[in-house]
Order: sequence, then structure tokens, then C-alpha cells
Amino acid sequence: MGIHVIKMPDLGEGIAEVEVVAWHVKPGDTVKEDQVLADVMTDKATVEIPSPVNGTVTSLGGKLGEAMAVGAELIRLEVEGAGNHSGESAPAKTATAARQHTDKAAPGGSDTVDEFIPITVAQPETVVTTVTSEATAAPAKAAPQRPATPAYTQGGSHDAGPSHHGRAAGEKPLAAPAVRQRAWDMGIELQYVTGTGPAGRIQHADLDAHVARGQRKAAEGDRRYAVLEGEQAMPVIGMRRKIAEKMAEAKRRIPHFTYVEEIDVTELEALRVQLNARYAGQRPKLTLLPLIMRAVVLAIRKYPSVNARFDDDANIVTTYNPVHLGIAAQTDAGLMVPVVRNAEARDPWSSAAEVARLAEAARSGKALREELSGSTITITSLGALGGIVTTPVINRPEVAIIGVNRIIDKPVILNGAMVARKTMNLSSSFDHRVIDGMVAAEFIQTIRGYLECPATLFVE
Amino acid sequence: MQPISTHLLVIGGGPGGYVAAIRAGQLGIKTIVVEAAQLGGTCLNIGCIPSKALIHAAEEFDKAQHYASGSAIGISASAPSIDLNRTVAWKDGIVKRLTGGVGALLKKNDVQVINGFARILDGKTVEVKQADGELVRIRCEHLLLAAGSEAVELPFMPYGGMVVSSTEALSPETIPQQLVVVGAGYIGLELGTAYRKLGAEVTVVEAADRLLPAYDAELTKPVGAAIKRLGIDLRLGTSVLGLNAGGDGVRVREANGEETLLSCDRVLVAVGRRPRTGGWGLESLQLDMNGRAVKIDDQCRTSMRNVWAIGDLAGEPMLAHRAMAQGEMVADIISGKRRHFMPNAMPAVCFTDPEVVVVGMSPDEADKAGLDVISANFPFAANGRAMTIESTDGFVRVVARRDNHLILGWQAVGRGVSELSAAFGQSIELGATLEDVAGTIHAHPTLGEAVQEAALRALGHALHI
Repeated sequence: MGIHVIKMPDLGEGIAEVEVVAWHVKPGDTVKEDQVLADVMTDKATVEIPSPVNGTVTSLGGKLGEAMAVGAELIRLEVEGAGNHSGESAPAKTATAARQHTDKAAPGGSDTVDEFIPITVAQPETVVTTVTSEATAAPAKAAPQRPATPAYTQGGSHDAGPSHHGRAAGEKPLAAPAVRQRAWDMGIELQYVTGTGPAGRIQHADLDAHVARGQRKAAEGDRRYAVLEGEQAMPVIGMRRKIAEKMAEAKRRIPHFTYVEEIDVTELEALRVQLNARYAGQRPKLTLLPLIMRAVVLAIRKYPSVNARFDDDANIVTTYNPVHLGIAAQTDAGLMVPVVRNAEARDPWSSAAEVARLAEAARSGKALREELSGSTITITSLGALGGIVTTPVINRPEVAIIGVNRIIDKPVILNGAMVARKTMNLSSSFDHRVIDGMVAAEFIQTIRGYLECPATLFVE
Repeated sequence: MQPISTHLLVIGGGPGGYVAAIRAGQLGIKTIVVEAAQLGGTCLNIGCIPSKALIHAAEEFDKAQHYASGSAIGISASAPSIDLNRTVAWKDGIVKRLTGGVGALLKKNDVQVINGFARILDGKTVEVKQADGELVRIRCEHLLLAAGSEAVELPFMPYGGMVVSSTEALSPETIPQQLVVVGAGYIGLELGTAYRKLGAEVTVVEAADRLLPAYDAELTKPVGAAIKRLGIDLRLGTSVLGLNAGGDGVRVREANGEETLLSCDRVLVAVGRRPRTGGWGLESLQLDMNGRAVKIDDQCRTSMRNVWAIGDLAGEPMLAHRAMAQGEMVADIISGKRRHFMPNAMPAVCFTDPEVVVVGMSPDEADKAGLDVISANFPFAANGRAMTIESTDGFVRVVARRDNHLILGWQAVGRGVSELSAAFGQSIELGATLEDVAGTIHAHPTLGEAVQEAALRALGHALHI
């Protein structure tokens, strides 16, 4: 048996420290090649660290939420054969064996680490996170409760290690009597609680997490007016901490100037419906978004100063010729901003296809780093949930964000007569340090012009 | 007659009733227990405790006899004798000490005990006929029914004369020459074995085709072998027809259909117990029933508000520890706590020789539940401690889920394995996996090592086999 040490990989972009946001294994676990061991997070993304080998976890290099230096020992595995390490801190017996092996196999190279660790970018920098699904968000949420120290150890030779996820639907909840009793005292029905212990056992911490998630179900009897007691402290780490920092920084540094205008989208909607009918089955179905994207691209030609990034430490505003359009997309893990690169070179169908592809990649955690960064301006839309007005927070260091509100049928006076029109607000925020109100207003009015007379989107 | 008022009225001072009352007293609930006979119920007076005392006495006597004929250990003794009256008096002393203890505990917790026979008038009113014939009426907010169970009688062979139930069998004046035991369940086998060790010729008649039909064949095999060694005549697939005309034998129909006569001077009928539902006005409440038992939900609520039922009265499994747990829970609920009766497992022990203990699911039960399980045995033949107590029969068996190794059940058969029920129950109730038990250091040399080894074996790496 040898020892294989996996070190914190260099995640590029001059990153020196990486935060551990989730451990997927614990000491004693048997891991297979490519099995995800941990999620680590940089300023840019959450990265899954897979195992390059089969083995048994002997120790973890850090605690949850701990910032670890690149190159620090992330995890230590016991493996068949020589392993890659003969450190003194390994158990004496196996260390001796490992040394013998490595001496024979690789003289002088006993402390090498796998140079190549495939990484998958799971989550980009985000603006807002709304957790909607228990399943995919579980690692991040369950993380604070999972002890970083070994809960138990197990013999190493059998293949089928126990799984540590929750139980299948409809299965009887598993909890120790004290946990059961506390759940009843708290008015929690155990069948709704996710168990993170061995074999899906529900633990005290799971009850706390359950309450924190607000999934408390009304118990039998009239609990509608029950007095509630207690509080839940959740450490803000990982993705949440990044979000918190980014939001605070954006709001602290950027004097937001928010401008709301109503757009008559009756014609645009009619066009969209017609286009979809005409190209049904041949081209991707258009939503309003690709048309708005086109309008933004065209408006930027007239007001290039909004398509910019402001390095406010260096006091340099960089405007860009290409339009790399960030599209805020809701995913189960939170709001992500995949980037449609060179949006200026795409027709609406191409944009629609690219948005769909990126959204799917973001949702399934397969988006690449470059697909999740480098935007020069951002559009945020909550679709039917868009409300009538929003005050979007700028995706710093960009200088503008365009918020799309929902479409409303409403009576409008047109040519002296009252008619039913489809209207929609655009709520947009600008960095008032570099974008004057006049420019912002003209930029939005230009977009409005394109959207209200949609032929201009195509004829120019 | 001035009615007495109380918050909780418990009918029956058995394990369920007295535990509920103690707990209620601890919680400051005004509580009255009505008991017609002695506190402690079947368990303390005519069940668990006296039977274990008699079994112990029989074992000791048997051991002494064993020494009289020479033993491998090297001990020899002259032929022992037993003074049955003193044995019964010793047993009664234990019972008295325990029932007296229950009375003291109730008193300590401010529970009022009324000795008398209760009759339900309605869901909140009970009339008690005291020993002196005086009637007292009790009004209550909560009525807890804990009247227990009674031995089932065979209609064609009623109790009386030489036909006895377990109650009488636990206080024998003499040991019969020839005893016929009807029923090879745990009561019949426990007492049949004790009587055999005390010198009776014992024939056990069982209608099913194997003994202890509630348990799987692998588990009961060592019991069957031991019974055979003891010289007990086990007649499986045999049904009882009744006493013969002369009153000195039992007519049975054997598996091959042949009718034979088993001559005997005593018959112990141990064909089960049934909830004691008659004769105390229970029917006036018109409660929903579950067969012969009072129907309850997972909080021991009956179909009538604030009327609760626990223990044997509420049906199978008729076990004292179940009744106690239910009683404690009901008191908690009445005090305003939210509780449910949902244990992961209910331990059950047969004090046969060797003992049998089951907690949770057997492999067959797991299969029937559609679960993919692994199970493993560890035989006591490979356990050092078992050898030193001359008892290498039997094994410990574990049943666990294949996917996550959650332990679903434990079974064991062997001398002294009843004490392993604590470890079994804890591991299942706490949701242990095979790795948890395998990774727990078990003291050497003990029978408990077989528990750890069974878990190790299920994981594919037992050390001592």
C-alpha cells in the first residue's frame, strides 16, 4: 500500500489561495478514479477536484471554509502500489512500505504530485443565489454540517463502500431516538428531513439545516398561530460568501443610477410569434431575449461607453468593440452569468441557440471558465417573475446592467384612442461615475426605438 | 358517593400502566392507577419474572445433576434433590420484592393506587369495586387502558384439574411425572424445558411443522437440537383433540392422521395470549378494534378522544418492554409533548436453552420487504468465551442493506444471548452501519465479540473464522 497525496491544483489567473467549500469524502471512504473528492472555490469559480486514482481516504488537508494555498496538501489517499508520497506523517507501517516501493520505482522522485488534474468549472461568479432545488444544492448547503474530522473509519478492502447521501423517496427516515424526540419537540416531521449521516441517518445538524431551510411542515393540529422559538446560525462560506462580498463591493463602490422606461412590445411580440410560426421546426424558437440582445448590440454602436469595464483601482475605463453579453441565468445552484461572446456577430436565432446552450451548460455545471467570465455588459431577466420594476446590481467591473421586467397587457392612449397594448419595462442600472444620466437615458431610449419598431432590428 | 377526580386514570398496574403512571407523576400529572390484583401485572407476577426464576432454578438443578454423572470440567457431586416448595417460595420472594418496588416507585411519584376491579362507565368515568366491596367512582380527563392479556383457553380442554395455564405452571406444588405441553411457542418451550430439567417427562405438541414458528428455521435449529438432547418428545404437525375419557391422557392427531393417546398427569396449554377485553365495560366505549385488540395509532390513541390503550390490550407484539415504552410515551403526550411510537426495532427474546434473541428484520423478512441485503453468521464455536462456558452452540447473525450497510436486524441463538439484545437494539435504534459495529472495540473474551465478528464477516473480512 502506498500514499498518494493530492495537492491543491493551480487554478490559474494568479490565484494563490483557494477555499474548500465542500468535502465529498471523509477519512475511511473508498474512492474511485474520477470520483469527486472536494469542491474548491476561487474568486471565479467552483472547481471539482476528482481523484486521479483508486484508494482510501486517510486524511483531509483542510477544514470547510478554509483558504488553502495552491500546492498545499488537499487530501491524502492510501492506494494500491507505490503511491506518490513517502511522507513521514503517514502511518509508520505503510510509510515504510511506500518508501521501499518508491525507492525502487522512482528514485529521487518520491514526492511528486499528479501534475494534471482535470477540472470542471461548476459555478461562475454569481450575483444572486436563490436555492430552489434540494438535490443539486445539497453539497453546498450540507457542507457546514459535515464534520471535517473523520466520523468513523472502515476497513479498506471491500469495494462497495456505503453511500452517504440521503434516502430514496418514500423510505422510512432513519434517526436515533434522541434526534427523533428533538424533531418532535421542534414540530418537524422526519420524513421531510434530509439525512447526511452514514446510510442517510438524520443527525441533529440535519434538523438545524432543515429549519434553516424553512421547510418546516405544519404538524398535526392547529399550528398556524403557534409561537415559534429558536434561531439558526449558518456560516456564510463558499459561494454564498463570494456573492456577499461581490454584492457589497458592487454597491459600496458603484453609485448606481437606475433608469426605468416603459416599452411598447406589441409589435415585437407579434413579430416574434410570426417568426416562430414561420420557422417552426427549422430554427430555435425565439423568446424576447435574443431580440432584446440584438437591440442592445445596436444601441451600443451609438453609445459604446456603456459596453465597458471600469477598473476603479487603476482608474481606467476600457470600452470594448465586441459585445460580450452576460446573460443572468437562474440555475438550481443560484444565478449564473454565462457570456454570449461576440453577440454583435449573431442573428437572433444564433443568439437564442447560444443562450440555450450556455444555460444548459451552466445548469449542468459543465460551463467552461471562459463561458462564465469576460462579459462587457449584462442583461438580467426573471421572465414572468420580472416584476414591474427592479433595481439591478451592476456586475462589477461592468458599468451597465439591463433588467427586463414582465410584459403586461394594458390600455394605452394611441392616436387619441384607448387600445390594448403589450408593454414591458426595462429597469437598468449604470455606474454613474463613468456613465452620465443623459447617456444612460439616450442608450435606453435607443433600445426602446429598436424594440418598438422591430423592423429596424433587421434592416438597419 | 363522592367521585374522585384525576387528570389521568390508568386501568391496569402492569408494566405498561405503572410505567405510564410513574412518568406521569414525574411530569406533575395527577394520576390514579387501578389494579385488581398485584401491581406489576402479568410480567412481574405470572410471566417474565417468575418464569425466569423457575427456569434458573431448573437450570441449576440440571447442572447439579450433570455433575452427579461426572463432567468434563472435573466437578462431581452426589445426586441433588430439589425442595419445590422452597423453590416456589424463593421465586415468590423475588416477585414480592419487585411488586413492592413498583408500589414504592408509584408512591414516590405521588401516584395514587386503588386496589380494586375497574369497570368503565364512559370515556371519562370509571367505577372501581374495591377489595372490601365498596364502590368508588373516578372521573378523569385522560383514560389509559392497560388491562393486559390472558392465556388463551382451548374450548374443548378448559383450564381446571390437570389442565393448567402458564400461571399455574409457574407455581407448581409438585413436578408431574408426565407433562404434555400444548404449543411449541416460546412459553411452551421455556416451561417445557424447565419442567424437563426438574425431572418430568415432557411431550410438546405443536400443530405447525416446526418449533418456535415465529422465527426462521436456521435460528431455531440449535433449540430443536438441545430439546432433543434433553429428551423432550417434540410432536410437530400434531393437533390436540382433548382429554381422554379417563382423564389421564391427551388425545392427539399426529401428522400422519393417526390418533394417539399421550398419557400424562398434567397438561400445560400454551397456545398464546389474547387481549383482556371482556368483563370490565370496555365494550361500552365502542372503540375501533383490530381483531381482538384495541386499535391504536402511532401515539396509542384509540378511536375515542383522550382514551388511550397500550401494551397487550393493544395487540401484538405482546411484550412488556413495548408496553413500558408506550406507557412512557402516552404520559409524555398527555403532558403536552409531541411523541410517536416508532421504534426502528422491537427486541424479542426466548429464554429457551439455548436462548434466542431477535431484533429487527431477519433475512427472509428483508427479502419480503424488497430489500437487497447482506447477512452473515458468526458461530459461537469460533468464540473463546463460549468455549469456556461450555456453550458453543448457536451463532450471531446480522442483516444489513447492501447499498449503504445500514444494519436492519440481528438474530442470535446461544446460551446467554438474551443480554446481547441491548447491543442489537442500540445499533439498530441509533442507525448504525456494519462499519460502525465492526469498528467498535468489543471486550475480549466475551460473547459480544461474535457481534463484532458478524459485522466484520458481512463486510467480507471476519478475523476469527
